[in-house]
Amino acid sequence: MGFFEKLKNGLKKTRAEITDKIDKILVSMGKIDEELFEELEEVLISADLGVETTMEIVEELRRKVKENKVTQAVDVKELLKDQLANILGDEKGELSFSTTPSVIVVVGVNGVGKTTSIGKISYLLKQMGKKVVIAAGDTFRAAAIEQVEVWANRAGVDIIKHSEGADPSAVIFDAIQAAKSRKADVLICDTAGRLHTKKNLMEELKKIYRVIKRELPEADMETLLVLDATTGQNAVTQAKVFSEAAAVTGLVLTKLDGTAKGGIVIAIKSELNVPVKLVGVGEQLDDLQWFDSKEFIEALF
Amino acid sequence: MVFEGLSEKLQQTMKKLRGAGRVTEKDVKAMMREIKLALLEADVNFKVVKQFIESVSERAVGTDVLESLTPGQQVVKIVHEELISLMGSVPAKITFSSKPPTVYMMVGLQGAGKTTFTGKLASYLRKEGKKPLMTACDVYRPAAIQQLQVLGKQLDIPVFAMGDKQSPVDIAKAAIKHASLNQNDVVLIDTAGRLHIDDDLMNELENIKNAVGPQEILLVVDSMTGQDAVNVAKSFNEKLSIDGIILTKLDGDTRGGAALSTKAVTGKPIKFIGIGEKLNELEVFYPDRMASRILGMGDVLSLIEKAQQSFDEKKAIELEKKMRTMQFTLDDFLEQMQQLKKMGPLNQIMGMIPGMDNKMLKDMDVDEKKMAHTEAIIQSMTKKERVNPSILNASRRKRIAAGSGTSIQEINQLLKQFEQLKKMMKTMTSMGKKGRKSLGKFGLPF
Repeated sequence: MGFFEKLKNGLKKTRAEITDKIDKILVSMGKIDEELFEELEEVLISADLGVETTMEIVEELRRKVKENKVTQAVDVKELLKDQLANILGDEKGELSFSTTPSVIVVVGVNGVGKTTSIGKISYLLKQMGKKVVIAAGDTFRAAAIEQVEVWANRAGVDIIKHSEGADPSAVIFDAIQAAKSRKADVLICDTAGRLHTKKNLMEELKKIYRVIKRELPEADMETLLVLDATTGQNAVTQAKVFSEAAAVTGLVLTKLDGTAKGGIVIAIKSELNVPVKLVGVGEQLDDLQWFDSKEFIEALF
Repeated sequence: MVFEGLSEKLQQTMKKLRGAGRVTEKDVKAMMREIKLALLEADVNFKVVKQFIESVSERAVGTDVLESLTPGQQVVKIVHEELISLMGSVPAKITFSSKPPTVYMMVGLQGAGKTTFTGKLASYLRKEGKKPLMTACDVYRPAAIQQLQVLGKQLDIPVFAMGDKQSPVDIAKAAIKHASLNQNDVVLIDTAGRLHIDDDLMNELENIKNAVGPQEILLVVDSMTGQDAVNVAKSFNEKLSIDGIILTKLDGDTRGGAALSTKAVTGKPIKFIGIGEKLNELEVFYPDRMASRILGMGDVLSLIEKAQQSFDEKKAIELEKKMRTMQFTLDDFLEQMQQLKKMGPLNQIMGMIPGMDNKMLKDMDVDEKKMAHTEAIIQSMTKKERVNPSILNASRRKRIAAGSGTSIQEINQLLKQFEQLKKMMKTMTSMGKKGRKSLGKFGLPF
């Protein structure tokens, strides 16, 4: 199955939710009136785009409808599609790996799927012919190290670990040395889940960065914030606060195979300009895909 | 932040609606759009919001405006009350089976926090005098069983596991048997996270339910969940007929609209909230606190209500007299502080004071610890010293520092603040009738 089908499969519920509703509204309306905009507003909000982003989108839609003298409700759909595409941009998800090693740090709040995503990213990169080393940096949660170890074995990549309760920066330090000596292409650092409101945990994250910057000053670095597609408006705050501590370069949107719509990424892109790089659409090792905004929207409609 | 903007807007709209008498349709309409936005921004499901707004509007139009409130405030008061009643006015308790062992089953999506909650609940039940047994039925997620085992070791609570090769139904059944043999009167079953649309795995839960007949099935929901919370709660409830909801990760800054959404679609009570990763950080759910959190606005009304409850009118008049005549002593200061504390967490109270918006609050770090220190200092003074602090010489201060576990610097600071407060009162009481009136109502020298 290619990306398109997989995403489409994963998004089937999403699409059904959003577009069926939109289609129903558009067909039943026929004409464009205030009620139509209000209904569209509701549809976008129910996809977790958030009030502010939704208002902006609908406002712009109103302007465009007027400007283009659109009279039929069905044509509004194309306009809306264009507009979402505008916000998401036409960038494709990709990571930069020009240095050896390059570093990926994976961060996020508790329970979003960081460790699972790391397993899948490792597999993805290995398929691309990269040599990967994982640093088991979640030394806090019970059995987190064992969990990432299982994923490392499944993906067939190396893992550097300490015992539970160890200083995560020390783990990262050792993993950097290992990545250097083993000539790994990519070092992927797992971190403990932390709520962005916990100040000392965010400081701990900064310390990890200081270690990486000191040991690998020239390395390409990606910081991926993992977001659960079911998350609501709090995801925007998460993205904001994690960006302050860790210069987030992209998002991994997980659990898109449920009924959640993940519309919050549109709000995040619109407010913070952080792009989605990867999407998780299932529980299998290969159920992580490069994000493609064009196909994402195409699959949505 | 977006939400603060809304909160301010709400307050602005509220201010505009002056006038007395009855709440008019116009008042309600003006407020409802803002309240709708506030609820949506808090991730309450839009269908739930719509219904809620409709029913509240109906109730609000035509109500008499209470003395000292504006129509806007009156509407917010109604909204607040309705939110509380919707979430089930009183905290719901966990129930026990008359025939032990009592079995609880934890279910939910991946990453909601089921395993951590299982540990927390077990620890809570042990404090209640039970002998819990935790059961590892998550045979899918790598290292999930180990996670529960580690928690069990930390808590010194037994964990029943059979590895990841057995079926969860068999493990659950065996766990009950094991519990009966080992005098465990409570069995907590930790199940694997699953999507509510995964039919196979949902059937598995149903099979476990049928095999062990749990006293309660608890749906664990991440409090940060957005609009999808209704779909999740509905599916789990339809399939398993859950008995209660657990909201996790409430120590973040989410508004937690999922609380309202899940309650509204299932009708099942929220029983506990999880607020942290330490295993004792489990709290009973209080609907009123959640209502304030979801509305997320400094609301004058609860302050007035709380003030009315905690402040004795007679005492307030007495205090005012003392202030005017400058007889305010450290004893009064202490009493005021204790009354203030009765009203709830300081940050929350500050948020309710009119004119205090979130921006101001952010710069102001209310330190509850410092208040405790102040209390300790005053309590370490003699009666004479409290009435007349000027007699506090170096040796008295030294004694007080030792007695209260603080430092002389802290005592000096407190005395300085107290003097400043007295001065402030003098100017306030001389401000005239208007100033006095408002002081009489709030009696807040802070």
